[in-house]
Amino acid sequence: MSDYTFRFSKSEKRLVAVLIIIPMVLLFIGVYGGLMQTLFRAGIIQSDPFVGGDYYKGLTFHGVLNAIVFTTFFAVAFGNAIIPYSLKKNLNATIAWVAGILMLVGSVVAAIVILIGEATVLYTFYPPLKAHPLFYIGLTLLVVGSWVASANWVPMYLQWRKENEGKKTPLAVVGMFTTFIVWFIATLAVAVEILFMLLPWSLGWIDEINVMLARTLFWFFGHPLVYFWLLPAYVMYYVFMPKMAGGKLYSDMAGRLVFMMFIVFSVPVGTHHQYMDPAISSQWKLLHGIFTFAVALPSLITAFTLAASLEYAGRLKGSKGLFGWMGKLPYFKKENWFFAYMITGLIIFIFGGIGGIINASYQMNTVVHNTAWVPGHFHLTVAGPVMLAFLGGSLYLVGQFLNKEVRLKAWAMLSPYVYTIGLLIMSYGLKIGGLMGMPRRTNTGASYANPDSVLYQADWIPYIDLTVIGGSIMFVGIVMYIISFFTTVFSKSKGSEEDAVVTFPISEPLHDEPATWLRNFKPYIIIAIILIVLSYTPVIYDVLQATYGGSPPFSPDSPVPLR
Amino acid sequence: MDNSEKLALGLSGFLLVLFFGAIMYAAVAKDIDVPTCITDMEPFVTDTLFQTGPDTYELQMVARMWAFQPSTVRLPVGSTVDLYVTSQDIMHGFKVEEHNVNLMAIPGAINYMRVTFNKPGEFMYACHEFCGAAHHTMAGRFIIEERLDEPEIIGGTL
Ligand SMILES: [Cu+2]
Ligand SMILES: [Cu+2]
Repeated sequence: MSDYTFRFSKSEKRLVAVLIIIPMVLLFIGVYGGLMQTLFRAGIIQSDPFVGGDYYKGLTFHGVLNAIVFTTFFAVAFGNAIIPYSLKKNLNATIAWVAGILMLVGSVVAAIVILIGEATVLYTFYPPLKAHPLFYIGLTLLVVGSWVASANWVPMYLQWRKENEGKKTPLAVVGMFTTFIVWFIATLAVAVEILFMLLPWSLGWIDEINVMLARTLFWFFGHPLVYFWLLPAYVMYYVFMPKMAGGKLYSDMAGRLVFMMFIVFSVPVGTHHQYMDPAISSQWKLLHGIFTFAVALPSLITAFTLAASLEYAGRLKGSKGLFGWMGKLPYFKKENWFFAYMITGLIIFIFGGIGGIINASYQMNTVVHNTAWVPGHFHLTVAGPVMLAFLGGSLYLVGQFLNKEVRLKAWAMLSPYVYTIGLLIMSYGLKIGGLMGMPRRTNTGASYANPDSVLYQADWIPYIDLTVIGGSIMFVGIVMYIISFFTTVFSKSKGSEEDAVVTFPISEPLHDEPATWLRNFKPYIIIAIILIVLSYTPVIYDVLQATYGGSPPFSPDSPVPLR
Repeated sequence: MDNSEKLALGLSGFLLVLFFGAIMYAAVAKDIDVPTCITDMEPFVTDTLFQTGPDTYELQMVARMWAFQPSTVRLPVGSTVDLYVTSQDIMHGFKVEEHNVNLMAIPGAINYMRVTFNKPGEFMYACHEFCGAAHHTMAGRFIIEERLDEPEIIGGTL
């Protein structure tokens, strides 16, 4: 299992590069939006050239481009790279391109609709706020494209299994299939929400909509979405990081167990986002809370396995004592810049994980629900470990697939540290502000942070200021990354395209258990479906029972319904 | 799986069970719960406050773009309020400063929580779900007074 290489076709290589580079441009627009939001919220600016005075338009494109578009593209591009590589089989390039084009068209359409102000509904697009139908169509194309892309891997895998009977599926392949199994189940709910509710209602084919039902379907999708973000990062942690640290993966079985647990517990948990909602009985909320605790377990196992793998690497380099290994890791090695993205993400995830357990804790959610604490939390997950792993992965992928040497490696290596410092400061500000009662998704600069307003809250100001400082440092970190990324993209290739091959740092396992009971997805998918039916049937029943009337569409600019 | 892994797994499981035990303790012994399904209440479109006992009140609150009705609620110290919240148009959120009240206000549904005001002061409630262009101006307040003869609610924008 040493560093083997694989020859991708020209068309495959170009596709992976396109699926990384175009979303990177969109990501940077979103990151710029993020910086502007911290300035808006502090009252430092009242308008910016991109969104004018509309804070919420900026917030919508920040959320959609960074949390939905960039992440989905990376997951697909990474799958298109690591699955053929691990199975030593080429993609069906035509299908892969069709999928990629669907995703690109969908994302660009949605982005344009947001930028012309026809979809200021934030990335949760809760009705009865209505977006332009093209916004929903764009999102649908993005999702359908990702389905097509992942369906393309299935025959490759089945073929591989036939040819390699009795062999363990490579861990990276298990991880990527887990990612897309969770994604497929989750997006079914949002597909129902969009295709049967939001889109026809937005087009005027149906007059009214059940808002609670739409919201519940959204969160059926919304929480597993978190694992769709996290799982490709886990693949990189398990498969790449131990090797980059100079060691081995402590336990292969732990990795497989973790992925199967995510299949089982990722979905029947969505109501923990609705603890403060009406029309759902508290006992069903508690049931979803229990499953949420269950889905924390694989992350705790991961924390142990990864720490043990890093400790093993440190001891190989001659570390002494209980914690000596921590000093032996390649934190600031320019040539090993990818490791920096992994280790910073893991450090951030300690805080992200603790925050997640707090949010999941049923009645404790009363203190934090919809306050600034929540964005403080999820910036420590999706904008922390996920973002950093995806940025590191993107730079590695463009280098490999464009056959280029990564440029400005020192910048690339330092960027995640700068970003991490900024992120910790910003999230601290948001979280403490949230505990004081600062609402999320709110342009505080125009009211609560404006000394001339009757709503002015003097005690929130220091924490709002911290988010400006942290957000600015994060922005500097991303700019360093973007410079390294595009310098690499526009640099000269290493040699002729013909002999260009791709390689990944694949870790060997230290303990390689047979784990026969973890070799098949099927039983875990069946358990997942059973749990979903058990946990969601009563919730949907309650919602239908306890709601009345329907809602006509509204624009964010007027209290008068649109029709 | 080696012994250290088994230990880690066991400790992780124990930790989660411990946390869950704390949640159940709070729910059962301390009666701190999350909102539940309300089906025995007529939908309401206007705000009302009425006294249901010596220190108890029922308050029906309507959230709309971009104000709470009522926007000011004046009550004596020691009042316990049965709070019903709904929305007249789109989604809003409702959270009272320094008190454990946090509710989504959703059109087509009634949300409920009970809250007791044990100390005097002004406690803001801010809308915490994005509800359009003036979301950031949507707030109101409870004014809790030591001595108060006539509890009252005041409508309109703050
Ligand atoms: Cu969640
Ligand atoms: Cu609001």
